[in-house]
Amino acid sequence: MTIVFYLIAAITIAGALAAMLLKSTVHCALALTIAFAGLAVQFLELDAQFAGFAQILVYIGAVAILVVFAILLTRGSEAPKGGVFSKSWPAGLAIAAMVFAVLGWAVLSSTSVLPNETAKPTVSVLEIGNALMGRYVLPLEIIAVLLTSALIGAVIVAKHEKGSAK
Amino acid sequence: MFGEGILKGLAETARNFAGSFVSADRLTTVQYPEQRIAPIEATRDFPFLVYDGADWEAGLRCVACQICEKECPPKCIYIEKSADKKPDYTGKPQIYPARFDIDISVCMSCQICVEVCPFEAIKMDTEFELSTTDRFGGLLYDRKELAKSNEHYHKIHPTEAAEVDARLAEEKAKAEAKAKAAAEAAAAKAAATSAKPVGGEIKA
Amino acid sequence: MIKNADQIFVLLQHWVMSFFPHALQSLVGVLLSVVSIICVFPALFAISVLLERKGLGRMQNRLGPNRVGPLGILQPVADGLKSLTKEDIVPTSADAVVHFLAPVFLVVIVFMGYAVLPMGRNMTLVNLDAGLLFFFAMGASTELSVFMAGWSSRNKYSLLGAMRAVAQMISYEIPMLLASLVVVMMTGSMNLGRIVDVQNQYTWGLPHWYIFTPWGFAAFLLYATATTAESNRSPFDLPEGESELVAGYFTEYSGFKFALFFLGEYVGMLSVSGLGATLFLGGWSAPLAILNWVPSWIWFFGKVMLSICVFIWLRGTLPRLRQDQLMNFAWKFVLPLSLLNLIVAGLWRFMGEGLTRWVVCSAILLVAYVVMARVGMRKERFGPRSYRYAE
Repeated sequence: MTIVFYLIAAITIAGALAAMLLKSTVHCALALTIAFAGLAVQFLELDAQFAGFAQILVYIGAVAILVVFAILLTRGSEAPKGGVFSKSWPAGLAIAAMVFAVLGWAVLSSTSVLPNETAKPTVSVLEIGNALMGRYVLPLEIIAVLLTSALIGAVIVAKHEKGSAK
Repeated sequence: MFGEGILKGLAETARNFAGSFVSADRLTTVQYPEQRIAPIEATRDFPFLVYDGADWEAGLRCVACQICEKECPPKCIYIEKSADKKPDYTGKPQIYPARFDIDISVCMSCQICVEVCPFEAIKMDTEFELSTTDRFGGLLYDRKELAKSNEHYHKIHPTEAAEVDARLAEEKAKAEAKAKAAAEAAAAKAAATSAKPVGGEIKA
Repeated sequence: MIKNADQIFVLLQHWVMSFFPHALQSLVGVLLSVVSIICVFPALFAISVLLERKGLGRMQNRLGPNRVGPLGILQPVADGLKSLTKEDIVPTSADAVVHFLAPVFLVVIVFMGYAVLPMGRNMTLVNLDAGLLFFFAMGASTELSVFMAGWSSRNKYSLLGAMRAVAQMISYEIPMLLASLVVVMMTGSMNLGRIVDVQNQYTWGLPHWYIFTPWGFAAFLLYATATTAESNRSPFDLPEGESELVAGYFTEYSGFKFALFFLGEYVGMLSVSGLGATLFLGGWSAPLAILNWVPSWIWFFGKVMLSICVFIWLRGTLPRLRQDQLMNFAWKFVLPLSLLNLIVAGLWRFMGEGLTRWVVCSAILLVAYVVMARVGMRKERFGPRSYRYAE
């Protein structure tokens, strides 16, 4: 828990808070990008180079763009009429607190189980590749199938729109 | 479709690039104002008044008929007639313009004044680098600035000037012949009048 | 002596570092490298802007700028002074914060990409193990700044330009990644220094550059196409098409911010040229073994400037592609070919040394190219028009 960790955590949380509290939706998307960047820097600080750069490439380079495009194409760029907070905010707060409690318990209980790592594990890209192709090949293929089905679904939805207007 | 068009295009631009260093037709830039393109003969920019001979006031061909002033579309010519007369190229006394102003900031170089002038007095010049810093009268040319000699006209439009000169010489010859015939007739008439007897004239 | 000339910048850096106490030395060393990158690449930008204007002029049968300084050499200085002193107009309805941040973001991200490029022997700023991934992560982030620029201007045309630009950039990002992936696959590492080291070997005096292999050549062409599109460069410059969209997503920018966008575009072009040189043209290695006495950084920068000249050549030759032609080209031609290239590269590895693998791989790639050109780029048959909202 060094000063660097606190700084990065502060930036990430600030970005996430801004993403919730800002009025303009595109501003929220950009603040979310800052939160993504904070996460990526967190990965890099832990020497997980592949994870950090992949986070930047995928989240900031693709997901953020996707979010922004979605906002633009669905006219969400106007400020919401009823203010930023929804009416049912107590329920939201309760659910968020429960999720936080579950995640916190999971993380804390895992750190108490694992021994203190003295040697940093070498996670090079070669090892990640070997693991993905060896031990974790089934999840990889399932994710590929999932993404392909999402792509096909998107194409079908877009084509349907064009076809039904004929 | 296989990209050979792109390759041909690349070869063409490369040829242009390399050729621009060696051959003149691959580099057609004329670096004005250090280099200038020679104007062709039919170049026209702004009008000027032609005068014959050495004295611009005496040889000015313009007779202030004001046809060009009336025909000018943007009305950039202003003429004031003179009170007295001076002889023109055939010797006949004609009025001349006391004031002949052209505002070349208004002139649109349509050449209508040249086309309608019956006296070949106004022609188009080829000078265009006329910018001046005087905003209020720098582009208003008066009679003295507009008058340029026939030699200048020959220099800028040689074939036209030769044609005009030939025509004017013909007119002059015709006028002289007519004057000579008239003089001969008058002389003959005078001789006949002086030779006739006095008595024969009186009739009852 | 030759080694000294080759390592001159490294030696200079160490000499300056020696003046500082031991604790600060690494910081000073890094600072020196960063400052030199920030100085050198904008200078190269100035040179390439001048080269572009004069080169394009000569290709178009005219002189380029030749009034400022002898042969127009000081033209970039004049341009820079002009941009600095022009009034910085921000439209009233524009989103001031995002409008300001967009060019800043672009320039910062683009300069980050230089951190992993090996510019000479021992001349990489940070020799990351996942160097290539870092470079592409930075490249992907520049799209966000393009979008920010277009959206914050609150101008329909800027937004349209930005959407087109982002669509183009994400379409061509995948072929770019796949083309580079082949190199990673054959080298076995994403470390750019290692990729150059593998290419630095010579057989009969000729180098082992990847461009001299069939899959490498195909990958190089695909990479060149994809990066031309990524940098919004002719013939893919519809987003900034001067005749269509004024200036596209940076219409509302004037003065120094415009200069920053311009700088960002050219510096991005230089950095992807640098990466292309590293991946396919052997980085800082000499083309022939006997030319090894020339310092390595001269080879690197020479290759980068050669790529810039090719970019300028392409710009002077090709007409602009329309948006739908652009996208068609990306998804129906470049992407399938890059996927096939991956397979061919794998085949190359498994076929073992010898002439057969050259013949087989080249044949597969050529046939695929011909088939894709005929099938993928076939013009769509136009049927009766259908309107989405009019019926």
